[in-house]
Amino acid sequence: MPYQSIRELANNLRTGQYSSEELTRNFLKRIANINPTLNAFISTTEEIALKQATDADKLLRSNESSNLLLGIPIAHKDIFCTNGVKTSCGSHMLDNFISPYDATVVEKLNRAGAVMLGKTNMDEFAMGSSNETSWYGAVQNPWDLTKVPGGSSGGSAAAVAAGLCIAATGTDTGGSIRQPASLCGITGLKPTYGRVSRFGMIAFASSLDQGGTLTRSVEDAAIMLQVMAGFDPKDSTSVEHPVPNYLDSLDADISGLRIGLPKEYFAANLDSGIADSVTAAIAEYQKLGAKVQDISLPHSNLVVPTYYVVAPAECSSNLARYDGVRFGHRCENPQDLMDLYQRSRSEGFGPEVKRRIMIGTYVLSAGYYDAYYLKAQQVRQLIAKDFEEAFAEVDVIMTPTSPTTAFRIGERMTDQVAMYLSDLYTIAAPLTGLPALSIPTSLVNGLPSGLQIMAKHFEEAKLLNVAHKLQQVTDWHTKMPPKSVIDM
Amino acid sequence: MSWETVIGLEIHAQLKTHSKIFSGAATTFGAEPNTQACIVDLGLPGVLPVLNNHAVVLAVRFGHAIQAKISKRSVFARKNYFYPDLPKGYQISQYEQPIVGTGQVKILLNDTSNKIIRITRAHLEEDAGKSLHEDYHGLTGIDLNRAGTPLLEIVSEPDLRSPQEASAYARKIHQIVQYLDICDGNMQEGSFRMDANVSIRPLGEPKLGTRTELKNLNSFRFLEKAIQFEVQRQVDLIESGGQVLQETRLYDPNQNITRPMRTKEEDYDYRYFPDPDLLPLEFDPEFINAAVADLPELPDVRCQRLQTAYKLSEYDADLLTSNRVLADYFEEVATICKNSKLAANWVMGELTAALNRNNLEISSSLVNAQALGELLLRIHDQTISGKIAKTVFDAMWQGKGNADQIIEAQGLHQVTDSNAIAQAVDQVIASCPTQVEQFRSGKDKVLGFLVGQVMKLTKGQANPKQVNELLRNKLR
Repeated sequence: MPYQSIRELANNLRTGQYSSEELTRNFLKRIANINPTLNAFISTTEEIALKQATDADKLLRSNESSNLLLGIPIAHKDIFCTNGVKTSCGSHMLDNFISPYDATVVEKLNRAGAVMLGKTNMDEFAMGSSNETSWYGAVQNPWDLTKVPGGSSGGSAAAVAAGLCIAATGTDTGGSIRQPASLCGITGLKPTYGRVSRFGMIAFASSLDQGGTLTRSVEDAAIMLQVMAGFDPKDSTSVEHPVPNYLDSLDADISGLRIGLPKEYFAANLDSGIADSVTAAIAEYQKLGAKVQDISLPHSNLVVPTYYVVAPAECSSNLARYDGVRFGHRCENPQDLMDLYQRSRSEGFGPEVKRRIMIGTYVLSAGYYDAYYLKAQQVRQLIAKDFEEAFAEVDVIMTPTSPTTAFRIGERMTDQVAMYLSDLYTIAAPLTGLPALSIPTSLVNGLPSGLQIMAKHFEEAKLLNVAHKLQQVTDWHTKMPPKSVIDM
Repeated sequence: MSWETVIGLEIHAQLKTHSKIFSGAATTFGAEPNTQACIVDLGLPGVLPVLNNHAVVLAVRFGHAIQAKISKRSVFARKNYFYPDLPKGYQISQYEQPIVGTGQVKILLNDTSNKIIRITRAHLEEDAGKSLHEDYHGLTGIDLNRAGTPLLEIVSEPDLRSPQEASAYARKIHQIVQYLDICDGNMQEGSFRMDANVSIRPLGEPKLGTRTELKNLNSFRFLEKAIQFEVQRQVDLIESGGQVLQETRLYDPNQNITRPMRTKEEDYDYRYFPDPDLLPLEFDPEFINAAVADLPELPDVRCQRLQTAYKLSEYDADLLTSNRVLADYFEEVATICKNSKLAANWVMGELTAALNRNNLEISSSLVNAQALGELLLRIHDQTISGKIAKTVFDAMWQGKGNADQIIEAQGLHQVTDSNAIAQAVDQVIASCPTQVEQFRSGKDKVLGFLVGQVMKLTKGQANPKQVNELLRNKLR
């Protein structure tokens, strides 16, 4: 059951093989057994889940909804505001924050009848690539409990991989959906910037943040995106672009598909295991009739530095609201206003968040703005132009998702540069707003690795189609973590 | 040494929209604290701003009225600073690309000459909340009702040379926003607030002196007084060998002084950058044309029209057009009474005096324009004299009816019957032989006394002109 597809579960729910309540109780039990080890959830919402499940069962019995997500247990990254439920963003700062409203994504999934099991662990304010910056502690990778699950949507990725939920929401600012998906052997989709509403999704870097999905299969991702996508009048940066039926085009023929392999992403120092795994996947595409060609994205070396100016700049401003005045952590007995600000923020934020606030404050300061922030935004245009030119020649671009498989917990916490380079291949998509996903390829030394596919703006249907085709001819996405973990 | 004063003003006009600039919460003044602050205004985690299109339309209208360039593309920026009544830790404002570019207005100086004041820019931004320091026993209360209220910040060039010019300019802007009906102009409620940048320099020196910024000027009178004080302070400082510090100063109207708030060094680095939550505003000409299509007649044009159409002096026309409601009132009175000079004198005289006595705005006058017009028509058609009209006006003010009713009820018709007047004249001539003798011996002034006696006898109802003529004839 925990490893069935949404389509199978939906069928079984409708044929009465089990009820949503039974399904939900089963998952709640798995969470109770396995989560103490994995630490994938910050909170579980049993009461809400069971209520939603019994409501779903009523609708299932009356045959009133054909939505495939009706009665399906999912989890939300704890960055999405959920009415009446703690929404911590992985931070001590918001440990006491009970959101009085639902994010648009949450509202849409609720309306579709999905069942919320709980809120998943994450790097604090989504700043991290290992889930180790969470105030609630690191998350263990179900494939190897000594390893990180990736981040920042590490809790969602680990939960889906370990069968603690069928699907989970995530957010991606520099790779926060795709990199953990890759490290946990699942499918992670970051849609085009503006495809999914950001309303109620706690902001890290507003021009980069995009909500998306973590699922076992591409088909499940398509089912989730179908519900989540669309213009939201509450988010001015969401785009009024028609939402196609993603399931309809999943099986479309891809012979003649032009695949671009950017030479900068396959440099000599790429780990040979990762390279082989990606090469094997690309060979499958060639068998399916796709044409592969080398392309160049000349500004690739500027992607990481550009990101580490833009993202901290926006975060320094976005996180100013956590000041101890209206909500969130407030220090004991503030002596005066300055003391209230300083201690509330010093106590409420962890070291990585503070580091980025400081970098961001610096690059926006008078006298440095032009040299850093403005320059970074200009470079961003150059990076976007690289992709525009590449997409004139190819339909999709394929790269490894992460330069390495899951690394040891603690290994990179003292080496920030190594940590920042974890997102080497995933950062360009948020910087350019392009949609991208990661799907599992063959295991590398027993650990999952991923293939990243990027497409043009709003071509999620193409992306899902291309990725789905691979999952039809390979079984990499059906591999499961060790039984010792998932049968706990 | 003689000094030249250099002043530039920053005016914040609260735009008349029903809801806030980036949220759907209401903007009504005076509600219970924090009842008009929604999750967006509170800056809760995850919320996003959505621009109120009406605020944009109002800003475009203002730009058009000051002959400014409306930027085809403008950008919202975040102004970052910490303050308890600023929920997000930044204010959404505009920095590098404001919606309204350079424009200008004309002000009328005391010597009746005109001066053009250049406007640098006007941009849209959100207001902050209010910190309430009283009633909380050492704590500070925060009211976020005002947070997110749309403001248009109007920045002038340093073209103003005296407190009077500054005040005339501020009044002009106040007049324009009210004519456009984009701001209620209520200064007590903070709908129209002014900051002044003040510096001095030796007369003839092209370089600007170090400026101070005066905050908290919420009336035209305080604006003038604060600048007066500040100029003198700067002159005294420099003349005694000191230097003006670039700083922000607060005006204290109770003591009529300005005192330092923060120096340049203590000033915030606002770290402006384009707000990634809001798309740049991009206008096509059609949007701008639609926004300004039904623009009302503006004060300068109306002032000109009043001079030609009603044969008024520039001074009178300027005064009557100082406020749109007043100008409307005047025009209605003038049309009804068919005598524009009479209408102008009464509106600026009796009516204004009555309003001032009762501390009322023209919009809440106890005698409306139609009623005053009908009263003045009775002067114009000689039913009553100007003097009697004042009595009638007082009665109207007290709500005793319209002009005709009061004239009828109190029998105040002017006596134009020459026989009746002749009788009274004869009676006065008979009863005042001394004065009659004096007049006849060349003391022309005595005539006034004799006219007065006739008026007294007729209870003021005789036509004074007729009385005058009759007396002269009879005493010749």
